[in-house]
Amino acid sequence: MSLTRRTLLGSAAAAAALPAAPRARAQQTSIKIGVLNDMSGPYRDLGGLHDVACVKQAVQEFGPKGFNVDVIFADHQNKPDIGAGIARQWFDRDGVDMIIDVNTSSVALAVNQVCAEKNGAYVNVGAATTDLTGRQCTPVTIHWSYDNYMLAKSTGGAMVKAGGTTWYFITADYVFGKQLEANTTRFVNEAGGKVLGSSLYPFPGTTDFSSFLLSAQSSGAKVLGLANAGADTVNSIKQAAEFGLKKTMKVAALLMFITDVHGVGLETAQGLVLTESFYWDLNDGTRAFTSRIKSKMAPFYPNMVNAGCYSGALHYLKAIADLGAAKARDGKAAIERMKAMPTEDECFGKARVRGDGLLLVPSYLFEVKAPAESKGPWDYYKLLATTPAGQAFEPPDAACQLNHA
Amino acid sequence: MMTILGVPAPLLFGQLLLGLINGAFYALLSLGLAVIFGMLNIINFAHGALFMTGAFVAWMLLNYLGIGYWPALILAPLIVGAFGLVLEKLFISRLYKLDPLYGLLLTFGLALIIEGLFRNYYGSSGMPYQIPTALDGAVNLGFMYLPKYRGWVVIAAVVVCFGTWAVLEKTRLGATLRAATENAPLVQAFGVNVPRMVTLTYGGGVALAAFAGVLAAPIYSVNPNMGLNFIIVVFAVVVIGGMGSILGAIVAGFALGIIEGLTKVFYPQGSATVIFVVMAIVLLIRPAGLFGKTA
Repeated sequence: MSLTRRTLLGSAAAAAALPAAPRARAQQTSIKIGVLNDMSGPYRDLGGLHDVACVKQAVQEFGPKGFNVDVIFADHQNKPDIGAGIARQWFDRDGVDMIIDVNTSSVALAVNQVCAEKNGAYVNVGAATTDLTGRQCTPVTIHWSYDNYMLAKSTGGAMVKAGGTTWYFITADYVFGKQLEANTTRFVNEAGGKVLGSSLYPFPGTTDFSSFLLSAQSSGAKVLGLANAGADTVNSIKQAAEFGLKKTMKVAALLMFITDVHGVGLETAQGLVLTESFYWDLNDGTRAFTSRIKSKMAPFYPNMVNAGCYSGALHYLKAIADLGAAKARDGKAAIERMKAMPTEDECFGKARVRGDGLLLVPSYLFEVKAPAESKGPWDYYKLLATTPAGQAFEPPDAACQLNHA
Repeated sequence: MMTILGVPAPLLFGQLLLGLINGAFYALLSLGLAVIFGMLNIINFAHGALFMTGAFVAWMLLNYLGIGYWPALILAPLIVGAFGLVLEKLFISRLYKLDPLYGLLLTFGLALIIEGLFRNYYGSSGMPYQIPTALDGAVNLGFMYLPKYRGWVVIAAVVVCFGTWAVLEKTRLGATLRAATENAPLVQAFGVNVPRMVTLTYGGGVALAAFAGVLAAPIYSVNPNMGLNFIIVVFAVVVIGGMGSILGAIVAGFALGIIEGLTKVFYPQGSATVIFVVMAIVLLIRPAGLFGKTA
């Protein structure tokens, strides 16, 4: 190629323009959110891609505020090692700034460690373990929507008050189930009740609960406490009905989502008492949110985990807009800003995140409607009682080092 | 109340009966696997997925065409069996000359694809399938409350299992089939179309899985993962019974269901592992399985 004046000038101009390009890119920072949960197992339908849709909804409604937001997702298959591996790869290689959701307590705690180690922001919505804001709390972790203590207090307490003084548990054999059983046992004992026994069953992979149901029945307890979730709860309740347990025992589904009620069907589920912090038909705000999201997660309606993913992601984006997107990499700073700002959205109303990372929202005790009472699609719940935000959750746990500051 | 080893007797009897019901499923599934392995020398990892497909076909027949449980009990195995014929013709028949591991890999891949497709369209919570009205309700046996449907499952499984066993061991057709597994070229020399027989055997084994799937539909919710929960256990059952042994598969299926049921009373956490412990012990003492012929 011969060198002419024109090409020389052209390349000089291009060289002059070069340094400007990276600067322009640096101003247009982008944020990456990773949604990690069970997308193929027993918890798929209560979270899964619905949670991804809810996070995307939050991003879309938040709109452009000087930075782009990417949402990616992965399936942790309910295995702590797989979950931790994905989290590590997301922070190290894929440039993820915040991980949200992570149901299944065993996986949630493994991911919690990785986030603390990598200083990545972590908004857990789907898991129930109180350890996230207790013994294993970290400065990069916030726990949204619900936890074991809140479920045990609301559902367990209400059952004992209604005369269910003796209990038998069917419990998923991992951190979530055991903790939920322990917390509920506490409330049962405090109220003067007694636990007569429990069956720990292997998780995941158990679909036949009949043996445990038979043990429960022969214990003579008045209440069957189900310390499990998702498809396991659905199967337990169906089989309890099949084996005639409902004639002699009351069933307390300690963690049941509206998606599970749908799976069981009102015919069998009617009369069950359960606790959620969100119901789509609670007020104008929840109805407005549901009308926007339901087509994106059809045929399902949102439960408290789906709504929590929306609410948690929205609050994170507000905090990042306030903090400056360039600082989003610093998980601790982002989470601190989230704690400093009060939360407000249509799903949970006004709330705040406590110093140890627990979002304080009211809990609602619901009763499942009979088929005749249900007026339309997903009209499943009757509100029985509300526990205000200040009393729904456990007081700050001394085991969390953030509570000593 | 009378107690046995610290457990109330009624509870123990109840658990034994429940073990027998689970054993019925193990027996039906391992029977199909044993037939396929015995005749084709294929380790059919797609068996669990085809069991699940059987349940789904029953569900689809009901929800899309309004065909109820009893016709589905015949139709679903026929439909899934026909699907099995296609699978065999298209894929599996190409592997007979290769190491059995290739068959395992292929069928494992097919299982993942089939299960993934159903999961994608139907989710994982499971679809409800009502118990047929004739079998609704339960009988009070004194020591437990037995849903009539579960009693029916045991009866149906026993009849089908021993029917299959009788066909294979006591009829001329069964004799030809067994001869073909021993020495295919010789049987072919007698004018028997061996490849067609092998295809039909695979279809038959698959139909057994689908039959078990329809039986399971009202008990477990119809769920893309339902086969996944069974398949590994059922393989252990086949190994314990003796690879390829029909009677071994049936007996081991029922026996392990009962052992598992008892474990659920005494140490529920171990109920997922006990079958594999039994398998390890059996392999140590009798490497060919309880009913297997040592090569």
